[in-house]
Amino acid sequence: MTAPFALSPIVRVRDLSRRFTLKGVLNGVDLEIRKGEFVALLGRSGCGKSTLLRAIARLDHEAIGSGEITAPERLSVVFQDARLLPWKRVLDNVTFGLSGPEVRERGKAALAEVELAGREASWPYELSGGEQQRVALARSLVRKPELLLADEPFGALDALTRIRMHGLLKRLVASHEPAVLLVTHDVDEAIELADRVVVLEQGKVAADVSVDLPAVGPERAARFAALRRELLGRLGVVEPAALASA
Amino acid sequence: MNAHSLAHAVPLTPAPPQVLLPEPVLAVADRPAAPRRLGLGVADPLGWLLGPALLLFAWTLGSFFGLIDPRVLPAPWTAAETSVDLIREGRLQQNLAISAWRVAQGLAFGVSAGLLVALLAGLSLIGGYLFDGLVQVKRAIPTLALIPLVVIWFGIGETMKITVISLAVFVPIYLNTHTALRGIESRYVELAETVGLSRLDFIRHVVLPGALPGFMLGLRFGVMSGWLALVVVEQLNATSGIGYMINLARVYAQTDVIVVGILVYALLGLASDMAVRAAERRLVAWRRTFGK
Repeated sequence: MTAPFALSPIVRVRDLSRRFTLKGVLNGVDLEIRKGEFVALLGRSGCGKSTLLRAIARLDHEAIGSGEITAPERLSVVFQDARLLPWKRVLDNVTFGLSGPEVRERGKAALAEVELAGREASWPYELSGGEQQRVALARSLVRKPELLLADEPFGALDALTRIRMHGLLKRLVASHEPAVLLVTHDVDEAIELADRVVVLEQGKVAADVSVDLPAVGPERAARFAALRRELLGRLGVVEPAALASA
Repeated sequence: MNAHSLAHAVPLTPAPPQVLLPEPVLAVADRPAAPRRLGLGVADPLGWLLGPALLLFAWTLGSFFGLIDPRVLPAPWTAAETSVDLIREGRLQQNLAISAWRVAQGLAFGVSAGLLVALLAGLSLIGGYLFDGLVQVKRAIPTLALIPLVVIWFGIGETMKITVISLAVFVPIYLNTHTALRGIESRYVELAETVGLSRLDFIRHVVLPGALPGFMLGLRFGVMSGWLALVVVEQLNATSGIGYMINLARVYAQTDVIVVGILVYALLGLASDMAVRAAERRLVAWRRTFGK
């Protein structure tokens, strides 16, 4: 958790608590994300992972709470739904809220990066779910964010599309180098994409694990499996296969 | 799926021996592969004409065999002859132009006012406090019930007629636009917040285009109630217009002229509704539900 990210954190969450009218959702969460670091926030549904992301995104108007959040001004959010404005064409959705002379060129370049060159003038409804989510990615990245917040961005996609999106996200993050906070309940997705996995349990950080797998080779598979088992264990899941081998 | 499962991938088993199936019979072209067993099936776009056509048929038969007294309802061909006569004399066009002009003016005032007040009430809290309650009270009063008051204020001339039509148009425009403005989905508000949109840009790029379908729906209702109000005000001491033509015909018991006038009203209502829908299809092209 130290070596590649020697720089000071760009996100710092201190003793964050959030509750909605009925039940508490976050109970004293501490979290730091360094510049360029890819953090996956893992947890069961209802553990507060989305609440934490929304708090960092300054979108939690309806919650009551305490604690401190430092986050960069230049942050982008990718939601689970692509959230494209249906009345704007694809390119206008990408450049939504931006102004300036080269905005259209930048938007086109961003669309090309997500492999949607030529679809600038389409309406959102003409795109498939995966394509819509790629437009949402382009809309986030065209703003050159220091921090990319992604709230289960692939949760609504089919398994095959999701694998392709993983590869795309990896490439995009490698070239744009934002810090990333990815909320997910998919352990494989977290290990595949993140430098560090933070497990949230009942509104608290239950585990904080670095992912330093070798890129290829037989050792990777074994380490992947071990990490997967560990994280699933933290989430209280024991796989049937593990039971059999025990 | 991931490195873990790849490493344990089982080598592919050899393909099972080919089983020879009978050649499929060539499918008949242009037939659904599996017709839907439940549900209504595919609607014919001209299907709605069936009801009116049957009514016309019954009317023709009834008149032909003398089952319908021509003093109660003239035969369709009499109505057709009368309309030809009315057009030749120029009465129909003249009255039609006057009626259409009244509705056009009423629409212009009603739509502008409805839109303006809806924007004021929809886009700010204070505007809502000021106007929404008032319009809800106005809405509870049928516009036609205001006619006596409007007659006292403006007399029985054109001003009164156009005021009543405008009031009738105003309400549906306001209601639908206001509801649409206030009903913008919170997820779009959230998106606008995360991209740092200003309040003005938020209204311009999110609220107004998002409320456009609601406004167009209001316009359809508004046009319909505009014609309705026209029919009523033209029965009141009018000296011109389709309604006047009908009223005059009542005095002389010319049922055929009355029927022609009513048919003209029907055609005008349908034509203007179609015009609004055509405009809607163009303006709201981003909606999947239209154009199908």
